[in-house]
Amino acid sequence: MSVDIAIHRIMNDAQRRFELDVAFRSDRRRIVLYGPSGAGKSLTLRAIAGLLKPDRGHIVVNGRSLFDAARPLNLPTQYRKVGYLFQDYALFPHLTVAQNVAFGVQRGMFNPRRHGDMPAPALRWLQAFELEPIAGNYPAQISGGQKQRVALARALAAEPDILLLDEPFSALDPALKSRMRNELTMVQAQLDLQMLVITHDPADAEALGQHVFEIHEGRVRSESNVSA
Amino acid sequence: MDIWAPLLLSLKVALWATGLNLLLGTAVAYGLSRWRTPMAELVDSLLTLPLVLPPTVLGYYLLVVLGRHGVLGAWLERWNINPVFTWQGAVIASTLVAFPMIQKAARAAFEDVDPHLEGAARVLGLPEWSVFFRVSLPLAARGITAGALLAFARALGEFGATLMIAGNLPGRTQTLSVAIYAAVQAGDDAGANTMVIVASITCVVALLIAGRLAPQHSQRRSER
Repeated sequence: MSVDIAIHRIMNDAQRRFELDVAFRSDRRRIVLYGPSGAGKSLTLRAIAGLLKPDRGHIVVNGRSLFDAARPLNLPTQYRKVGYLFQDYALFPHLTVAQNVAFGVQRGMFNPRRHGDMPAPALRWLQAFELEPIAGNYPAQISGGQKQRVALARALAAEPDILLLDEPFSALDPALKSRMRNELTMVQAQLDLQMLVITHDPADAEALGQHVFEIHEGRVRSESNVSA
Repeated sequence: MDIWAPLLLSLKVALWATGLNLLLGTAVAYGLSRWRTPMAELVDSLLTLPLVLPPTVLGYYLLVVLGRHGVLGAWLERWNINPVFTWQGAVIASTLVAFPMIQKAARAAFEDVDPHLEGAARVLGLPEWSVFFRVSLPLAARGITAGALLAFARALGEFGATLMIAGNLPGRTQTLSVAIYAAVQAGDDAGANTMVIVASITCVVALLIAGRLAPQHSQRRSER
């Protein structure tokens, strides 16, 4: 398991010009990109997921090329097999918890039925995160910690090669934060999952990171590889 | 006088116009909401013209285009189709006039859908058309429905363009609004009163429902 990433992209908008020029590689399971907001961490994550196209560079996950400006190759988001945990969780507000978890498992034009049998992988994750009691609730009706579990279950049910997490704990209150950090670390260890977390919170970097890259103004400023 | 024939014809025309606009307006609105260029704004402005142009001007354009010697009319004539003085002509007029109602509402509704949600669906492996049917469309549905009700009310009340292209043939192309005009011209105040009340109630009901469906603003967005 490894990531090899080099992303260059110039963002222009009315307020400012921002140059993203991030390069890092790691073969650790838990990678953290740490830095202040506006440093370009989210842009990096979006580029890896294929939601933003770099001008130059390459993105290789587990030896599989997702983007390579030199070839040129730009795999569509749909084929990248990445899991993405959005900062605001991006749960589908019109679907129940169960439907959200089954969303990526069910193909085609229709959403999973509200009162139907759940596909096996979705059911497994619904149970793993103890979401069965709230399976019929809508995202607006559940708590922040529950939302995060739903978003994790939804991402994992699609069997990604790597899990990308965008400020996963910023929306949670402090007590819940440390609990969810532990929970995430346990899930990661159990599944031997590779994940890339971006955060501005040094506590997140310390608790989660095996390999921490500090991002500053669009560039990697330093890295620290914590020995196991 | 018989108010049922014009009332039923008006409902038929308005329903057809609303149905056609649901397809056309939604498709165009979705396209414009993704196609973020100055050209899109120009197209949007042109498509909004029916809202501000006098309906008689629109009717005249329609006659020029669809009439026997018109660009499209001459071509249709080869298949023995002539929409002038038919109820289908009234549908075309109402569709054109009511189009901006749905297009505007649908575009606003699509642009109000949190891009993160569409991104989340793509990351989960859904192709673009699935993202449309499973995320964008359901989340925009309220706004589109509200627009459809406004379009229905507008189509029901269409007068100028309809009169120009479909005429005033009782039982064939005489819609409610045209029949009201004819009744007043003929001095049939009782008939006019009844039809005016029926038309007003229908439109008030449509507006009430549209108001209840008005899109709720939500969804925070974050960048970087």
